[in-house]
Amino acid sequence: MLSPKAKVVYFDNPATSFPKPEIVVDAIAQCMKEIGGNPGRSGHRMSMEAGEQIFFTREVLSDFFGVQNPMKVIFCSNATDALNLAIQGLAYQGGHAITSSMEHNSTIRPLYELEKQGKIRLSIIPCSSEGLLSCGHLENAITKQTSMVVINHSSNAFGTEQPIQKIGEICKNRGIAFIVDSAQSAGILPLNMAKDNISILAFSGHKGLYGPMGTGGLIIADDFNHKKIRPLKFGGTGSLSDKIEQPDFLPDCFESGTLNVPGVAGLRAGILFIKEKGLACIRKHKEDLVAYFLKKARAAVPGFLTYIPDSSIKTGIISFNIQGFLCSEIANALSEEYNIMSRQGLHCSPLAHKSMGTFPHGTVRFGFSIFNTKEECDLAIESLQEITQKKGKK
Amino acid sequence: MENPSVILFYSTNYAIWTKNVLQKLHIEHKMASVPRHLSSECGYCVMIQNQDKEKIIQILHQNGIEYDRIESLIGLS
Repeated sequence: MLSPKAKVVYFDNPATSFPKPEIVVDAIAQCMKEIGGNPGRSGHRMSMEAGEQIFFTREVLSDFFGVQNPMKVIFCSNATDALNLAIQGLAYQGGHAITSSMEHNSTIRPLYELEKQGKIRLSIIPCSSEGLLSCGHLENAITKQTSMVVINHSSNAFGTEQPIQKIGEICKNRGIAFIVDSAQSAGILPLNMAKDNISILAFSGHKGLYGPMGTGGLIIADDFNHKKIRPLKFGGTGSLSDKIEQPDFLPDCFESGTLNVPGVAGLRAGILFIKEKGLACIRKHKEDLVAYFLKKARAAVPGFLTYIPDSSIKTGIISFNIQGFLCSEIANALSEEYNIMSRQGLHCSPLAHKSMGTFPHGTVRFGFSIFNTKEECDLAIESLQEITQKKGKK
Repeated sequence: MENPSVILFYSTNYAIWTKNVLQKLHIEHKMASVPRHLSSECGYCVMIQNQDKEKIIQILHQNGIEYDRIESLIGLS
């Protein structure tokens, strides 16, 4: 029986990071206690201060992702929301879209829905056994009608990294919009929209950027005309209030309704936290934990199975199974008996699991954050050992 | 301000951007509610000294800050 005081080990960081840095919690609390106004809606001091919270975060994000104009940062409620805006917003022109077999449902579902409605034609390019997209296969799939390529930078299920700079170059040379889903890579892998030739970047605020849930957004490249994207939401923006038409200028055209100001303030604090730690340091910490855990787990846990070469894991994610067990058995036992939080199943990525041969059963996923430690890895390995031993005795 | 003008924006996001740029350059300015006789906007504008107008227009262009227009308030207060 688990003691209520047993230490919680949280390995579900690819779903949402926990804990959040103290400065994130403080920034949200300070915003809620002291800056209560609605940004852009009124002329009073508290409204302006709320507007400043939003603007400063736009500046931090545009700088972090290599964009000069802060107004090209659009706040959404999460990466799925942002991907829907980008994909559906571009698809009104019709055409042909290309994506990979390693995508999350946040990309596949809107694309599939558009194809079902007859608005676009969709090609899903199979990836290698290491989860990588071949640039040659991509080039072969491109037609004169191809209007967008949508690729996730890193797989949420396996932690692999796609060669986005090369993909971006191929798209740029052909005038194709390149949409990148950075939900699992932002705050871990280097990303620069100008250098990586990205037209539109969707990001999650509450995973590797350490902000609160309910934050995320879209960033449009300096050289990409935002008018190619049709808004999905229409309504009050605080601007052009005498007109019933939606404004066509950034960021208002895509930001109808009141923004999540405390969440956005917390997101800025999260990015400042990352900048202080340094991306390289965060990455190294995760790589060290992955190497440590895999080495010890393989030696200590009978039947421990992984699916990609260790060198292909780039974002601190370990997707595994234990022979003779369902992944749900492992994850439930970890949670209920050992207070270790993980995620089991298909991770909203059925195509990625099909690509890696783990469909339909899925895997147990551990995803490390900067706050995880080797001691927690040891605890997890001991727990996995006990779980397998208990079943052996039955 | 003795000889005020106001910069009107399509969006308050640009008013805040302008405020921050002018603050960094130590140019006198003040945020204010949009004067109702000048615009139907819900938000705010940036009040500046009329004599700084040309210099500030250049700064706005250099930073890529879009604005609607600049109106003098001299004689209106």
